[in-house]
Amino acid sequence: MEILKNLKYSKTHEWVRVEEGIAYVGITDFAQHALGDIVYVELPEVDSEIAKGDEISNIESVKAASPIFSPVSGTIVKVNEDLEDDAELINHKPYDAYIFAVELSNPEEIEELMDADQYEEFCETEGSH
Amino acid sequence: MGNDQNLKRTPLYQSYSKYAGAKFVDFGGWELPVQFEAGIIAEHMAVRKNAGMFDVSHMGEIIVEGPDAEKYVDYLVTNDVKSMEEYQVIYTLMCYPDGGVVDDLLVYKYSKKKYLLVVNASNVDKDYEWIVKNKNCAVSIENISNEIVQIAFQGPKAEQILQKYVNFDLSSIKFFHFKDPVQINGIDCIVSRTGYTGEDGFEIYVGAEQGLRVWDYIYEKTRGDNVLPCGLGCRDTLRFEAKLPLYGHEISKDITPIEAGLKFFVKLEKDNFIGKEVLVNQVQNGVKRSLKGLEMIDKGVPRSGYKVFKNGKEIGFITTGSYSPMLDKNVALALIESSLKLNDEVEVEIHGKLKKAILVKTPFYKNTKKEN
Repeated sequence: MEILKNLKYSKTHEWVRVEEGIAYVGITDFAQHALGDIVYVELPEVDSEIAKGDEISNIESVKAASPIFSPVSGTIVKVNEDLEDDAELINHKPYDAYIFAVELSNPEEIEELMDADQYEEFCETEGSH
Repeated sequence: MGNDQNLKRTPLYQSYSKYAGAKFVDFGGWELPVQFEAGIIAEHMAVRKNAGMFDVSHMGEIIVEGPDAEKYVDYLVTNDVKSMEEYQVIYTLMCYPDGGVVDDLLVYKYSKKKYLLVVNASNVDKDYEWIVKNKNCAVSIENISNEIVQIAFQGPKAEQILQKYVNFDLSSIKFFHFKDPVQINGIDCIVSRTGYTGEDGFEIYVGAEQGLRVWDYIYEKTRGDNVLPCGLGCRDTLRFEAKLPLYGHEISKDITPIEAGLKFFVKLEKDNFIGKEVLVNQVQNGVKRSLKGLEMIDKGVPRSGYKVFKNGKEIGFITTGSYSPMLDKNVALALIESSLKLNDEVEVEIHGKLKKAILVKTPFYKNTKKEN
């Protein structure tokens, strides 16, 4: 399982990369592996206001639909339209395939997320094998 | 894996650790692999293009034996048992008096005095009780589910590949027929040309203690043939594309075989059988709801239980929905108002939003080369 050092992580297995006040959000390698073959991602609407912890979208594997939670608060400024027809990009390159990007309304929230080491420990206690 | 001590495991469970990436689910109280390393789509395509093997030991087996076995099994099920040949297999349903389904099953005929019934894992105890309760003649009924390992070897190349490693003529086993005993790796097995994938293939039954030796033998021998070990995930997508019903979805105690489009397996002209009156009535007078195929027009994956609407009015629900690997589309089977026709547009409620779908022909996939 791959965990990138320079990202932040949520307990619901989203990763966050901040570039110039914009947080890019995707799901982790752990999450894509747990979901299996991903066939569709429901992209949220640009300009929608979201709060940390909101269920804002769904990701569909062959077996089931799983909610995606926002690890941060703000306004959605961009969604990854490449995923519209190519959702399996998330299986192949989970850390390149961001799902949505948020203009942060509360940048301190980033510090509440886990770093790579903490996330690795978190995944181990989640009962991975 | 292995967190829940209450889950049952098949005798083949111990071999799973040999294959990387097995993921497990609780299926009707059994801890079973949902997929192996390749993943559901790759396993699905292996079965459609080549061959795959499944541990289906969770399935139940019940023997009905005695002077009146033919009469009794014929009374229990909807299909015609009396016209079966020896060593033939039929698909059938077992119904309640109200037409609802106790279970769907395969009936293997040894003789007029001995039948093997293969039933769904989650229904074994209920089925056994039902069969015992309705007994009205000279038969003995035995649940041998725990003594049997069942392996499904499925795919268009199943015969060609398996034939290299067994010394009996597989081509002599015709579609929906079986042989018993035949030897695989020196071990006595029952082999039938049956399956739950919409492809050609075989189901192999063997005593629980020898099961692992048969599985390992076939698995090791077929390494060079690119046969994949397959999990329940693709078993479900495969049977779904071929419109093979799953108990609890397309059929249940609340959904009759007629509603589910399984009239072919209900022989209304035969003598009395449980549920006959209601089913005859449904065929004669029609049913209000029936099983139809949908293809999504809008994006989104329809799933079991989602509601279906027409012009804002609820008209039924999805029984099974999925991404179809063969069609590369999102499709569903839905139990909806019978008046709907091919090419009608409906809406499916997905995550709180109505998404457009169109009625399409089923099955979604048919192997045209399959024997019949």
